[in-house]
Amino acid sequence: MTETLSAQEIVALARHPQRVTPLEYLETLFDEFIECHGDRYYGDDQAVVGGIGFFQGQPVTVIAIQKGRNLEENITRNFGCPHPEGYRKALRLMKQAEKFHRPVILFVNTPGAFCGIEAEERGEGEAIARNLREMSQLKTPIISIFTGEGGSGGALALGVADRVWMLEYSIYSILSPEGFASILWKDSTRAGEAAEVMKLTAKELAKFQIVEEVIPESKNGRRLSQLAINHQLTRLLKKHLKELQELDTQDLLKQRYERFRKF
Amino acid sequence: MGFFKKRKKRQYITITPKKERSLPPTYVQPNVPDDMWQKCPKCQKIIYQKDLGQEKICPSCHYCFRLTAMERLALLVDLDKFTHWDEDLAIQNPLDFPQYEEKVRQTQEKTGLHEAVVTGQGYLGEYPVVIGVMDSRFIMGSMGRVVGEKITRAFERATEAGLPVVLFTASGGARMQEGIFSLMQMAKISFALQRHHEAGLLYISVLTDPTTGGVTASFGMDGDIILAEPEAMIGFAGRRVIEQTIKQKLPDEFQRAEFLLEKGFVDKVVPRRELPLLLAKLIALHQPYLSKEKKEETND
Repeated sequence: MTETLSAQEIVALARHPQRVTPLEYLETLFDEFIECHGDRYYGDDQAVVGGIGFFQGQPVTVIAIQKGRNLEENITRNFGCPHPEGYRKALRLMKQAEKFHRPVILFVNTPGAFCGIEAEERGEGEAIARNLREMSQLKTPIISIFTGEGGSGGALALGVADRVWMLEYSIYSILSPEGFASILWKDSTRAGEAAEVMKLTAKELAKFQIVEEVIPESKNGRRLSQLAINHQLTRLLKKHLKELQELDTQDLLKQRYERFRKF
Repeated sequence: MGFFKKRKKRQYITITPKKERSLPPTYVQPNVPDDMWQKCPKCQKIIYQKDLGQEKICPSCHYCFRLTAMERLALLVDLDKFTHWDEDLAIQNPLDFPQYEEKVRQTQEKTGLHEAVVTGQGYLGEYPVVIGVMDSRFIMGSMGRVVGEKITRAFERATEAGLPVVLFTASGGARMQEGIFSLMQMAKISFALQRHHEAGLLYISVLTDPTTGGVTASFGMDGDIILAEPEAMIGFAGRRVIEQTIKQKLPDEFQRAEFLLEKGFVDKVVPRRELPLLLAKLIALHQPYLSKEKKEETND
């Protein structure tokens, strides 16, 4: 199954409504999670969930962009498309983590930042821009995990991290394949072709060093159980949190700079 | 009635339709230069090129025509004292996107530019400043690796030299043909910009028509002071994309510079003719302050 999947098929899997969502990872990998609401300026964006919990006994801040499974959930979560207040809430919680020396763990599953009148009025561009530069100097380790879709600047706003990982059947791209096809070929029906050209699968992005780790979802053509996937994630998180926390802050920030400087 | 009879007797020369009516070989098209007249996109009036002036402002409705990077630079600085940076960065095609190199080469020929941004060091008033100017003619001013690298280096050098940065944005956002690498430029620039910021140095962004997508969502909105040209289109999502999402037509003033001013996202909307002076003043206001006594001390 692994080798034969086309980029287009992986796009479909990444968007599959039955796919395990960031909230489920949040519930299974962390203990005693307490959700914190609001950006302190405007409101509480339900597309972004954030709070504090324990990871293997260690306090961490966890923030996730959450898509819904069905229409009702999706209306609440705005189909996983955050408004500016979602990004501002995320930044507020990251600053809080910095203050209390907690590592930040991010889960990304979004088609992109929301494209609407109110999002523009409240500065979607400004909110993303601010996250990018504040995260570049956040004095605490950041790990970002892409679980499904990672669409454009809206995903990057939670993707500036010391480690960026992707699940095997997740995608990360400059734009949706439909949008890409419609901009470059004026034909959104050529999305399948676009998906191939864009090199948006975890495997290809790992080759480009856009991501450090691809978390396997299958082995020898067979799908791994969610338990096995969770187990791998726990193991990786433990290992890398330890590594990152051993660095002094200056080295941590220097490495983060170099990580993105090479592009 | 005799009049008509008389005419009927007239002989006419008939031209058979089969005969080709070609122009004589010596015929030359009248030589009218293409750029003598321009139509104003706003008031639709036809304007004599010279009436637009160096600033390229419509004399009847004050619409600001889009400027090329070099036209913009010429308005701001003494070009003889401007040092161009990184004009030798080679274009890469990380996705092996078909015909991409060819497209870039053609655009380079057509525009005379190396890429969608010109960077370097010049003087605003008497003060040295790092300047970057984007040019929307170059694949919609889109940001690929070369654009990202040039802007990153501009910030890095400015940090090292302790200089302010002034960037003029004009971009449709990401360079699609470079895919994810284009997205990474937003992060790369933000890192360099933040170091410049933490060094206590001034960064002014001037948003010109059009500034959208990844440029808005990174260095466009990061200025200590954010200026915009009148009526410039500035936003994150493109107008058409929003219209498709919400299935209704957007008002004309939506995402214009004045709209952003009202919503609190730019410091000032500045008429083009006032920009050079205002920028020079802002730079002067950010020079280290030396009190009279201190000045005398240093002079001693």
